[in-house]
Amino acid sequence: MTFPALANALSTALVPLLLLVIPIAGILRRVRVYDAFVGGAKEGFNVAVRIIPYLVAMLVAIGMFRASGAMTLLARAIEPATRLVGMPAEALPAALLRPLSGSGTLALVSDLMKTHGPDSFVGRLASTLYGSTETTFYVLAVYFGAVGIRRTRHAVAAGLLGDLAGVAAALLFCRLLF
Amino acid sequence: MLNAVWIGLIAVAVVVGAATGRLDAVTKAAFDSARGAVELAIGLVGVMALWLGVMRIAEEAGLARALARLLRPAARRLFPDVPADHPALAAILLNVSASWLGLGNAATPLGLKAMEELQKLNPAKDTASNAMVTFLALNTSSITLVPATIIAVRVTLGSANPTEIVAPTILASACATVVAVTAAKLLERLPAFRAAGSGAHEDDPPDEGRP
Repeated sequence: MTFPALANALSTALVPLLLLVIPIAGILRRVRVYDAFVGGAKEGFNVAVRIIPYLVAMLVAIGMFRASGAMTLLARAIEPATRLVGMPAEALPAALLRPLSGSGTLALVSDLMKTHGPDSFVGRLASTLYGSTETTFYVLAVYFGAVGIRRTRHAVAAGLLGDLAGVAAALLFCRLLF
Repeated sequence: MLNAVWIGLIAVAVVVGAATGRLDAVTKAAFDSARGAVELAIGLVGVMALWLGVMRIAEEAGLARALARLLRPAARRLFPDVPADHPALAAILLNVSASWLGLGNAATPLGLKAMEELQKLNPAKDTASNAMVTFLALNTSSITLVPATIIAVRVTLGSANPTEIVAPTILASACATVVAVTAAKLLERLPAFRAAGSGAHEDDPPDEGRP
C-alpha cells in the first residue's frame, strides 16, 4: 500500500514545514516574527487553564460511568438488536465507548486484538471502529468550554449521529472488504 | 443537552456502582479522572503556546486571510455566516487538516483558535452559533487518513497486514463526517434547536422544545 506511506510522510513533514514556511512568509511581509510569536503564545496558558473546569466535569462523569460497569450492562441490553445487523457482540462495548473516551476505547480495542488476533474479523472491525470517529464528548466539552458556550443546541445530536454513522459504516465496509 | 448527558452519566454510574458493589471503584475513578483532566490541560500549555504563536505570525503576515479566501467556495456552503476572508476559516482549515493527518497535538490548539474566532462573530455569547456546531460536527467525526496509533498496536500484536484497515477507516470516517455535517446543517433549522434570542433561561438545555 503506497497511500498510507505517502500520507505518513506528509504528516511527518507537515509540522516542520509549517514551522519554517509561516515565519519566512512573516519575514517577507516585514512582520516582527519573534514578537508576534511571543504575543500569540501568551494566550496558550490562558486557554489551557480556561478549559480545566470543563475537562474535569466531563472526564469525571465519564470515568465514573466506566468504573461502574454500566457499559457492560448497556452492551448486554442492546446486543440482541445489534446482532441482527451482524455486529459481533465482542466489539459492541468498543463502539459504545468511542464517543466517550479515546484512551478507554484504545485499551478495549487492543484487548480485543490480543484475544481474537489482529487479523480476525473482530480485530479488524475494532481497529476500524477506533479510527472511524473522534471522542465526541471530549471535543464538545473542551471546545465549547474554551469560549464559554453554555447552550450547545444541536451539537450533541449532530456529533452522536456522526458516531452512529461511523460505527455502521465501519461494520459495512469491514463486511465488504474482509 | 450536555447537561442531561453529564448528570445521566453520573446518575447511572452511582446507581449501577451501588447495585454491583463497585462504588469504591467509582469513587476512585472520580478522583483519578479529576487529576487526569488537570494534567491533560497543563500538558497542553506548551503546544498551545507553540501553535498560537505560529498562528499569530500567520495572521500578521496576512496568510490567514489568504488561506480563508482560497477556501471561499467550500466555506460559503458550510459556514454561510462567516465572512469570506475571516481568519476563523483559516484556523478551521488548519485544524481540520491537522486532524485528518492525525496530528492531534496541533489540531486541538488550532481548533480552539477557530472557536475563539467564531465566538467573535457570535451574536449570543453563551449560545453555540450555526458555524460552531458545523465546525464541531466536522471535528468530532474527523476523517482519519492515517490511523497511526492503531497501526502501531497491530504491528506490536503481530498482524500480517497492519495497514489493511486504512481503507475501511477512511471510508467509515468519511461517512461519519458526511452524516454529522449534514445533520448539523439540517438540525440548525429545527425550532427546538433555534439560534440565540430568547436567552432568559440560559441554564436550560436548548433542546426542550420551548414554544
